[in-house]
Amino acid sequence: MSILVNKDTRLLVQGITGAQGQFHTAQMLAYGSNIVAGATPGRGGRTLFDRVPVFDEVEEAVARTGANASILFVPAPSAADAILETADAGLKLIICITEGVPALDMVKVLHVLREKDVTLIGPNCPGVISPGEWCRAGIMPLDIHLPGRIGVASRSGTLTYEAVHQLTQAGIGQSTCIGIGGDQLVGTGFVDALALFQEDPETDAVVLIGEIGGVKEQHAAEFVKARGFTKPLFVVVAGQTAPPGKRMGHAGAIITGKAALASSKIAALQEAGATIIPGPAYIGETVKQGLR
Amino acid sequence: MKLHEYQSKALLAMYGLLVPHGGLAGTPAEARHVAERLAGPCVVKAQVYAGGRGKGGGIRVVHTPHEAETAAAAMLGTRLVTPQTGPQGLPVHHVLVEEALDIDRELYLGITIDSGTESVVVVASRAGGTDIETVAHDHPELILRQVVDPVVGFQAFQGRRLAIDMGLPASMARSLAGQMLALYNLFMAKDCSLAEINPLVVTTDDRVVALDAKLTIDDDALFRHEDLAALRDWDQFDPLEARAAKAGIAYVKLDGDVGCLVNGAGLAMATMDTIKAAGFSPANFLDVGGGADPQRVAMATDIILQDPSVKRILVNVFGGIARCDDIARGIVQAIPQERRALPMVVRLLGTNLEEGKAIFRASGLNVRFVNSLLEAIEALQALTVP
Repeated sequence: MSILVNKDTRLLVQGITGAQGQFHTAQMLAYGSNIVAGATPGRGGRTLFDRVPVFDEVEEAVARTGANASILFVPAPSAADAILETADAGLKLIICITEGVPALDMVKVLHVLREKDVTLIGPNCPGVISPGEWCRAGIMPLDIHLPGRIGVASRSGTLTYEAVHQLTQAGIGQSTCIGIGGDQLVGTGFVDALALFQEDPETDAVVLIGEIGGVKEQHAAEFVKARGFTKPLFVVVAGQTAPPGKRMGHAGAIITGKAALASSKIAALQEAGATIIPGPAYIGETVKQGLR
Repeated sequence: MKLHEYQSKALLAMYGLLVPHGGLAGTPAEARHVAERLAGPCVVKAQVYAGGRGKGGGIRVVHTPHEAETAAAAMLGTRLVTPQTGPQGLPVHHVLVEEALDIDRELYLGITIDSGTESVVVVASRAGGTDIETVAHDHPELILRQVVDPVVGFQAFQGRRLAIDMGLPASMARSLAGQMLALYNLFMAKDCSLAEINPLVVTTDDRVVALDAKLTIDDDALFRHEDLAALRDWDQFDPLEARAAKAGIAYVKLDGDVGCLVNGAGLAMATMDTIKAAGFSPANFLDVGGGADPQRVAMATDIILQDPSVKRILVNVFGGIARCDDIARGIVQAIPQERRALPMVVRLLGTNLEEGKAIFRASGLNVRFVNSLLEAIEALQALTVP
């Protein structure tokens, strides 16, 4: 088992005809993901990789192929439009890889999605992978994952790969790894991810990878304190050495006040009973010891 | 992207908010001319991308055009140090000379995007004039908030409620609500991430005027605001940060001596933390980006080398899209002959790893390869710097 994506996921790729879309579609197919359709406005009618039909509209793609989840490689200026089109077509899982979506676009998108019971992952995220189900709906490297029983949720891309690599090297497999995204406003937060992992009988524990900025880690801590998540939780928060007031790459990674500090987040999660990983170098080691 | 106070105020005025009469000056003589035109007590304000200017001597009240000229001369061409700038300060190339107002009370008005409610929120307080974080800490009951419904936008009743809850007479509530609505319209139209008026003053003749103004535009929305993007004042950036930003490389200069080159923002922060765990301090944050080609990596390497405090380098690239041979080629190409002895700890993982290592080995650079962050810590500690 896993959360969000599995072997029954029928994936639609939006922006499939762009360079990013084509490259990662090839990678996802190589991993074994079941990609049933692509969509790019104005590019419908062709077939890519000898098996993936491309449509102009998401609605048509869903009607013709039975796609039940979508991954977006759409340029930032059109990302909000693409997410809303997908939600309108009735899909309940949307994964937005696109980086640089304007924050006010996301305010509107999230408002609409709240009414529709849609799960949005991202934007500005590496996607979701369930190694035991051979489903990769994302851009993560192909060969670092190991099927297993640990969930991973992270605001970062490459730091997630680092964490997964350390877990795999330590012989600890993963049920599902979710990159929730590096922006201030994202669809699925840590709380939603923890709730899903709590319900998954084949996830035994979760590694949460936070970073400076915002209050997502504090929300996770409150959720754990309220017994919403009761499995073992391991936490690392990146950016302990980041200066205040400077954006550290990610739009959401900026220290604007006390709550945004790595130390505040670590304190909140520690108080909630999480095991604090002393630093990014010790993820594999700490989880291995903690699971003993 | 930050805007200067004078740029922010021009936008405020365009949207119907009252701002003090005044003008921008790039020389002391120009400051005198503006003061002569205003005919009365003035305030001379240094234009830098930082707050806390009063504490650093960047705001002076003057009574004559001659005093305005003198005050401007003392600021222009200097670097202003405030509690927010760091010890090196920021260059003052312009001052804003404005009429001094007779102030009855100072309020706070701010608009931002709130992560918790995933909405735009209007924040007001009767404790204006001080840093809002301090007010929030010492007197949280004085911070008033109204969450904006994305469908209908900010409503006049919300403005009146904020005004009355701030203790203003009902007679003024309508005009203040109008000012709030004007600021909200500006916030939405220009894709702000922060619009802050602190203080928003009520004058003794009952006018509501924006005495200071700070607008920050969402970097991710600049593609649809080319006019605003052109206002960026590169002089307010560290020169290396400016160069990196122009090349699309996320770089922040820090105080340590271990330069680091990383792909991905989260991993870059994690690498900084790892340097700290080894007992050193990072010289920079640097995310070279996902599909890093050799030219980009070379540019990133050069930026790191331009920082004179850099004594060692840690490269940490987790290749997915990025290819290790591209990374190696870029770094090798960028390191000049005289810096070839610079000790480097290199952690590469991913596509074309062996090709990447071979390029480093053939280069003669002082490189030590490691396979993990734990090994990187040990390798950094073992380095002897020539």
